[in-house]
Amino acid sequence: MAEPAVPAPPQGPAPWRNPRVRAVAFQVVALLLLLWFFWTIFNNTLTNMESRGITTGFGFLDNTAGFGILFSLIPYDETNTYGRTFVVGLLNTLLVSGLGILFATIIGFILGIARLSPNWLIGKMALVYIEITRNIPLLLQIFFWYFAVLRTVPGPRESVEFPLGAFLNNRGLYVPAPQVESSFWFVVATFGAAIVGAVALLRWAKNRQDTTGRRFPAWPVSLAMVVGLPLLVFWIIGAPLTWDIPELKGFNFKGGMRLIPEFIALWLALTLYTASFIGEIVRSGIQAVSHGQTEASQALGLKRGQSLRLIVIPQAMRIIIPPLTSQYLNLTKNSSLATAIGYPDLVSVFMGTSLNQTGQAVEIVAMTMAVYVAISLTISLLMNLYNRAVALKER
Amino acid sequence: MKGIAAALVAGVATVALTTTAAFADETLDAVKARGELVCGVSTGLPGFSNPDEDGNWSGIDVDVCRAVAAAVLGDADAVKFVPLTAKERFTALQSGEIDMLSRNTTWTLTRDTSLGLNFAGVNYYDGQGFLVKKDLGVSSATELDGASVCIQAGTTTELNLADYFRFQGMEYSPVVFDTSDQTVQGFASGRCDVLTSDQSQLYALRTKLDNPDSAVVLPEVISKEPLGPVVRQGDDQWFNIVKWSLFAQVNAEELGVTSENLEEMMDSDNPSIQRLVGTDGDMGEKLGLSADWAANIVAQVGNYGEMFERNVGMDTPLAISRGLNALWTNGGIQYAPPIR
Repeated sequence: MAEPAVPAPPQGPAPWRNPRVRAVAFQVVALLLLLWFFWTIFNNTLTNMESRGITTGFGFLDNTAGFGILFSLIPYDETNTYGRTFVVGLLNTLLVSGLGILFATIIGFILGIARLSPNWLIGKMALVYIEITRNIPLLLQIFFWYFAVLRTVPGPRESVEFPLGAFLNNRGLYVPAPQVESSFWFVVATFGAAIVGAVALLRWAKNRQDTTGRRFPAWPVSLAMVVGLPLLVFWIIGAPLTWDIPELKGFNFKGGMRLIPEFIALWLALTLYTASFIGEIVRSGIQAVSHGQTEASQALGLKRGQSLRLIVIPQAMRIIIPPLTSQYLNLTKNSSLATAIGYPDLVSVFMGTSLNQTGQAVEIVAMTMAVYVAISLTISLLMNLYNRAVALKER
Repeated sequence: MKGIAAALVAGVATVALTTTAAFADETLDAVKARGELVCGVSTGLPGFSNPDEDGNWSGIDVDVCRAVAAAVLGDADAVKFVPLTAKERFTALQSGEIDMLSRNTTWTLTRDTSLGLNFAGVNYYDGQGFLVKKDLGVSSATELDGASVCIQAGTTTELNLADYFRFQGMEYSPVVFDTSDQTVQGFASGRCDVLTSDQSQLYALRTKLDNPDSAVVLPEVISKEPLGPVVRQGDDQWFNIVKWSLFAQVNAEELGVTSENLEEMMDSDNPSIQRLVGTDGDMGEKLGLSADWAANIVAQVGNYGEMFERNVGMDTPLAISRGLNALWTNGGIQYAPPIR
């Protein structure tokens, strides 16, 4: 019997026919082309700007800016550098976005829950509010708050006076500024300690209720701790706090703290506009939770508020968070509309005045875009982390 | 994968080919081929560049554009006006979106050297001033300590203001808007005590108030603001054309050539006038234009004095006297090199 012919060992296809080699090779080629593409654009821009006598580079950031800025969170005057105007603008953007996000979230949640209220009047009022604010362009709303509302308040000499030395006029809202002495920090420290103590108390009370079923009035006690202890310390060490009260000098008020109308208008418009979208997101999130959950919780004897807080909202959060993230991003990016009413945000100060005084459009626009990308990515990252924490754990 | 790679190659090739084209000496050809001059002007400043209800532009800056169009194309109306804010103007010119910029733009060293642009002369000598409401009871800029000041973003006035208040040891808070219209709105509504800008603009903007007599321009002039047309650097032929179109208007006024007497002047024996109107010499040819280039300017736009009086002069709502902008022979500083 003849030995059966041994089949030749399987020969792999030639490298250029091997699908894995080809896949890698094409990706490398595509990457190289992409790099070449961007390098060409970059190089072309530089060469052409140089040949036309346009100054390039980031040296301008160390030059004296020489212009004033209406409102700044850090000390700034005309003798500071363009680099400093960048920081001033950035902080102003972060301030209005941060406060906008905070209040839009609070109002949005209230709206979303009110939309589903069994009370006909509350539900319809929330509906009307949402439909009006989210269907009017944001820029118009900013103008509305700025020109229509804030401009109707009187000038500095006819200011509306509030109790405790606060004044409202068309230059802004002036309130007394606290002037603290160094011993005031004891009060702050007590306040911090009281918060830590209150949190510990709440956890202990919850634990006790879970294990023994006995309840403890933890909320009133911790509230008394947080408010009462700092007040006690404040009184014991002799009230080390004075107020700098604003007063009319010449044209305007001097002293005190001041909230400029541009900030108020922008912040109001951003908050109210975004809140209507968040309201709809919250409503849809709550409605997406199976109705059986609500019925089950009611069968267990939970009140409506409890069933919302303990059963429905935690499940709705999983649906709410991803679209909520994009609303946060929208709000941050929309804050650049500040330039329309002269609030000194990053776009207005840095991409506006600084760009025009230096003429270095490419560098400044690139820096500004990079900032918005960085802010947006940071918000996304934080929200994704939170999302992961509340997401359904599938085992 | 292959599709993407091919698209990338095509894209890179296009970028590499198009961006290496130089701008030198091409503006004139481009304008002629288009049959239209594209000129950047302001978004609306009475007397300088302002559209009427029908969208027809008029003003002293607009007339500078029209003069160039008359010289190059023989038709002062062959201009497309592009309204630009102070922030947009230089980028629009650098990127080639407009052929020239005539938008009450101050000539400074920084702008001349670092923007890749050239200033082609001065069509209006100006200086920065302050507009305040009469009922504020202020008679001098030195009394403005603590004032809120409305100002347009991206202007030299923003810097002068900061310099002035710092030097005087006074405080102020700047309220910065994008357009001059918004600054007027801010001033009218009482957001600011003071509106600051070039003095000519203050007179122009005051006419936009409901009651122009309720506001007054303070006497102080805190800066030099020579305003003039701007072109891209690197196209010397075009630079010369814009520069000499303006000079032709000033020379025409000096020689007494107006749009009304131009017909008689065509037969003048004065050699300076003959060179101006093109009956003698080859001045137009040297600029790359036709012999009647300056005659076209005077016929269709007028000389400098006519242009000034028509747009900002005593018979207009602005009622600005010639002042610095009178000819050098009349005590002003408007002076043009000779056409010869």
